[in-house]
Amino acid sequence: MKAGSSLLLGSLSAALIAFALTSPRVVAADKVDPAADAKAFQNFFFQKFPDVKHEDFVNGPYSMNEDMKRQWQEKEEFPPYEFALDAGKEMFSTPFKNGKTYADCFPNGGVGIRQNYPYFDTKEGKVVTLELALNRCREANGEAPYSYVKDEMASLTAYMAYTSRGKPMDIKIPDDPRALEAFENGKRYFYTRRGQLNFSCASCHVQSPGQRIRAEILAPALGILNAMPIYRSEWSGMGTTTRRLMTCNSQTRAVPLEPQADEYRDVEYFLSYVANGLPISGPGARP
Amino acid sequence: MKRSFPLVMLLALSFAPAARAANEADYKAAYAAAETASKEAAGMRNQWTTTVSTLAAAKKAGDGGDFDRAVAAAKEAEALAKASIVQATSEKDAWKAMEIR
Repeated sequence: MKAGSSLLLGSLSAALIAFALTSPRVVAADKVDPAADAKAFQNFFFQKFPDVKHEDFVNGPYSMNEDMKRQWQEKEEFPPYEFALDAGKEMFSTPFKNGKTYADCFPNGGVGIRQNYPYFDTKEGKVVTLELALNRCREANGEAPYSYVKDEMASLTAYMAYTSRGKPMDIKIPDDPRALEAFENGKRYFYTRRGQLNFSCASCHVQSPGQRIRAEILAPALGILNAMPIYRSEWSGMGTTTRRLMTCNSQTRAVPLEPQADEYRDVEYFLSYVANGLPISGPGARP
Repeated sequence: MKRSFPLVMLLALSFAPAARAANEADYKAAYAAAETASKEAAGMRNQWTTTVSTLAAAKKAGDGGDFDRAVAAAKEAEALAKASIVQATSEKDAWKAMEIR
């Protein structure tokens, strides 16, 4: 009986010690740590493509393929997004019916601030993207919101991105559990497989950057939003971040979510944060 | 007797029922099942474009009175919707396997 009790006590103690040793690791693994995630994310791409200059990742497929890069550099002399840029500049400075302008809605008059979007709004408890902020500005000034996928929004964001060119992405995650949750939700969305083709964002942009998918060369996920909005030859026009995300969904045969759905806002937050330090290169041009 | 056997078989085969054609009730039942699964997938934010288009094809065939085609499409839509539900369910944890750490 005594021997049995000792054995039981011994087993129990061993189990408790084992639990005590392993449980902190479990907690650590589940803890949301955006800084560690960003470091691991960037290191993955830097190690996978050691010959690519870090700041070059924001140029998407052109950072992966020399021939394409040369063609793009020549195209940049007369960039296809130039019309959108001019239109955006004019729209940005044209007053609303009430006499105010977009500049009244943004810090620093809206100039050179692209690198700070999206941000986490602690009052609302949600991520606010640049596109969303622009439409909120319009509505606050009595104007109808623009479509999130059409030319006007792309022109406005093209101009705002242009005023930030070269500035390092600088997304903040405030000390707020809701902000951490938004980051984590964005990460989950990025890695989750969806659609009949069973693809996640990462299937193309983490596992296969530089590879061809039909005639396209896949861009790396690192810095992929730094170039937004983009002129896409495939679209024969400009496209916003929202349009890009929705198109990615439908290409995997998943029904796109509504524009500025929480999932899209969160994945934009995640992808922008992990690209912190890389320069804004938008507006971009893509095949 | 021996001569009459093939004749009996022929008669029996000619009266044997062929695969029954689907009727409107079959279509409505198949469509309702597909629609329920499709709504569940949409509720999980994981609807597939092919589910939507196949369900629409089922409705079009049903509205046109082609119930065989309508039932077949509805069953396919239900299978697609159920596959998307399985995907969404398994991805609740499976996404972590792809994460860069």
